[in-house]
Amino acid sequence: MEILFQQIVSGLATGGIYGSVALALVMIYQATDVVNYAQGEMAMFSTYLAWSMMNAGVPYWAAFFGTLVVSFVGGLLIERIVIRPVEGKPVLTIVIVCIGLLVIFNSVAGWIYSYIQKPFPSPFPPRPIMLGTVVFGAHDVGAILVTLIVLACLYAFFRYTTLGLAMRAAAQNPASSRLCGIRVGWMLAIGWGLAAMVGAVAGMMVAPIVFLDPNMMAGILIYAFASATLGGFTSPGGAVIGGLIVGVIENIVGTYVSFIGTELKLTVALAVILVVLVFKPSGLFGRPAVHRV
Amino acid sequence: MAALLEARGLHAQYGWTKVLHGLDFAVEEGGITTILGANGAGKTTTLRAVCGMVRTAGEVRFDGRDIAGRATEDIVRLGIAHVPEGRGTFVNLTVDENLRLGAYGRSSRTGIAEDFEAVYRYFPVLASRKRQVAGTLSGGEQQMLAVARALMLRPRLLLLDEPSLGLAPMVVREIFRIVRTINRERRVSVLLVEQNAAIALGLADQAYLMETGRIVQSGPAAQLRENDAIRRAYLGY
Amino acid sequence: MSARVRLGLLLVLLAIAVALPLFVSNFRLFQFTQVATYAIALLGLNMLTGYNGQISLGHGAFYALGAYTAAIMIDKWNVPYALTLPVAGLLCLVAGFLFGIPALRLEGLYLALATFALALAVPQILKYFEDWTGGSQGIVLSKPKPPWGLAITPDQWLYFFTLAVMLVLFFLARNLLAGRTGRAIVAIRDNPTAAQAMGINTPLYKSLTFGVSAGYTGVAGALSALTIAFVAPDTFNVFLSITFLVGIVIGGLASISGAILGGFFIQFVPNWAQDISKAAPWAIYGVFLILTMYVMPFGIAGTARLLMARRLRRAGTARAG
Repeated sequence: MEILFQQIVSGLATGGIYGSVALALVMIYQATDVVNYAQGEMAMFSTYLAWSMMNAGVPYWAAFFGTLVVSFVGGLLIERIVIRPVEGKPVLTIVIVCIGLLVIFNSVAGWIYSYIQKPFPSPFPPRPIMLGTVVFGAHDVGAILVTLIVLACLYAFFRYTTLGLAMRAAAQNPASSRLCGIRVGWMLAIGWGLAAMVGAVAGMMVAPIVFLDPNMMAGILIYAFASATLGGFTSPGGAVIGGLIVGVIENIVGTYVSFIGTELKLTVALAVILVVLVFKPSGLFGRPAVHRV
Repeated sequence: MAALLEARGLHAQYGWTKVLHGLDFAVEEGGITTILGANGAGKTTTLRAVCGMVRTAGEVRFDGRDIAGRATEDIVRLGIAHVPEGRGTFVNLTVDENLRLGAYGRSSRTGIAEDFEAVYRYFPVLASRKRQVAGTLSGGEQQMLAVARALMLRPRLLLLDEPSLGLAPMVVREIFRIVRTINRERRVSVLLVEQNAAIALGLADQAYLMETGRIVQSGPAAQLRENDAIRRAYLGY
Repeated sequence: MSARVRLGLLLVLLAIAVALPLFVSNFRLFQFTQVATYAIALLGLNMLTGYNGQISLGHGAFYALGAYTAAIMIDKWNVPYALTLPVAGLLCLVAGFLFGIPALRLEGLYLALATFALALAVPQILKYFEDWTGGSQGIVLSKPKPPWGLAITPDQWLYFFTLAVMLVLFFLARNLLAGRTGRAIVAIRDNPTAAQAMGINTPLYKSLTFGVSAGYTGVAGALSALTIAFVAPDTFNVFLSITFLVGIVIGGLASISGAILGGFFIQFVPNWAQDISKAAPWAIYGVFLILTMYVMPFGIAGTARLLMARRLRRAGTARAG
């Protein structure tokens, strides 16, 4: 029973990471109908930047917030400079550009930092936390907390600020937003910035667990897809909850089902995707697409 | 006195298709001008051309300044509010949020609270539905919301695209009454595009008649109303 | 472009293609054979995604199915290699059709996700059925010998063989897509509701298109098994499916010539990228992808089509005005 609790908490920690990346994907998808396939690699690159800062002697939390700022600006600039020239073009054209970004980030990271795995520090103490007789890893609990704080801030931003409202409007109805004087292009750019920031947090929380290497986020991206599919690509909250569920399922299945070794690691993610698509493509919280004739 | 909005030789096209062929029209400060015509005459395109939503050539001056070729959001921020065809309400956001968005492009932050009050006074039905999601409002209520949102900009010029479309006559009369009130109380000039010529001519001072992208008749609204030949040929009554 | 000019151009290109083995090395010829193979696969995917609007990120799976079908038939049962092509094609056609049925309920992003999951699963499935597929080691084949005692190298024979298959398949596809079927398929892409209302059996057409598309890609897979003389699970990973998608978008959606152009791109540009930078070749490749999309957002063939249409329009208005 105690092992079950531990696995659930562990699962929630990784699930929070999956959910964060899923949230980043859904944020951009809602505004542009494009899935940013480069989200994982951008997060990985942000994590490497954090590593560089820490390597140069910057204390953890300064590097953490520094990376958030750099990631925000980076995401914003990528939208304005790289994506803008193909805005309004067919979706697949934009997808190819995202694939181009994916490949560039991965390759450049490998070139600058090499493909050798590096350890990444966790801000949380290595001492485990005891709740009664159940033992939890401090990093797991810490990662859950950090994820929750980031998500709460995002929620408050979108719900209560004028800029957040304008961004929601721009994502839902760009034409009407322009008629309200909203600079839709810049709203998109800020959206990319925020998504990059969320991705960076996810990267920095997962790196201590899986070690930092250029292909670190590939598997996580796939789990993020599974999370967004489960929660619903049209629901940011759903994406996060989907992530938590997927994380827990992955951990429990990995612990209790014997033949899911490392070879079939992705199987859980794939199974989730296929099951959801067969029974309810729009996900748990998503709205089914309505087609006007 | 120069007109608030003046268009000279306005052309517009969608892709390769030319829709407007050299229009000349004006809206006087404080006046109500209407553009009439059948389906496909290019009335909606004219409003979209003023707002920079389509490719244009020619001159459009607002308060003496040339606005042709500028981005829509910049034109709006100069004080032109456009209530588009189909209303363009943010259907997943609440009434209150829709209005807050209307105020986003204002040139001055002062007076927002008063404008909120004023708008709820003009449209009491919206006041009782502040937290309701806009998509669940009736057609008439959404039209009122669209006009209210435009007013939150504190515009000098209001562009109305077929406000009567799909609404019951009583609702239409109510909306037009409010537009007249707004025009008088707040000195908001109005450029109204309508298929319902009768009600439009009842409201407007100046009228233009469009046919396949050209203006074929213009003059004081009263004149067009009285002219039997024009009425029967172009306005169908 | 008038039909006569087009025919002339095609004949010239055909002549160049046939004469190619005289000028290039065996290795280059191998690369061109790969281009032809990819072109068939890309035409298959283009039929589904470009003409019919169903996005597939999983065509690598059918490529793998075709390749392994050919490999297993040759390796285990000594089937003549030419026979493996129709079998691979037919098997993939059925598989594609069957996959197309549940796919009817999925659209756009969701279909992309489902096919993406399929593509991800392929290497693992291949490794799992070790007895048939040879597991991670794969299956090694020997290159077919030229028939009828022709005095050419195996690579040259494979080139002509692949070229011939490609021409036949392209000819068939062109006829299919230029006729009523093609119009129905495109109608379904542009407005499924209207297509249905006009009496087109949309579900049947969509599933059939999936099947034919998979069949083409399967034949391509079989050809690649013959040419490379080796199949292994990790070659058929998700990146292959993504590469196919890249190929059709860059070549040009809903374009037959686009399939060939795309084939050239995915075969040669990674090599050029490596020539430019040994350290980060994929970064250069990524830059190529992005720049190509900036300059030709509708693909090479698509942009060419646009430019030609623009020229015609200007000529038309000049004559009229």
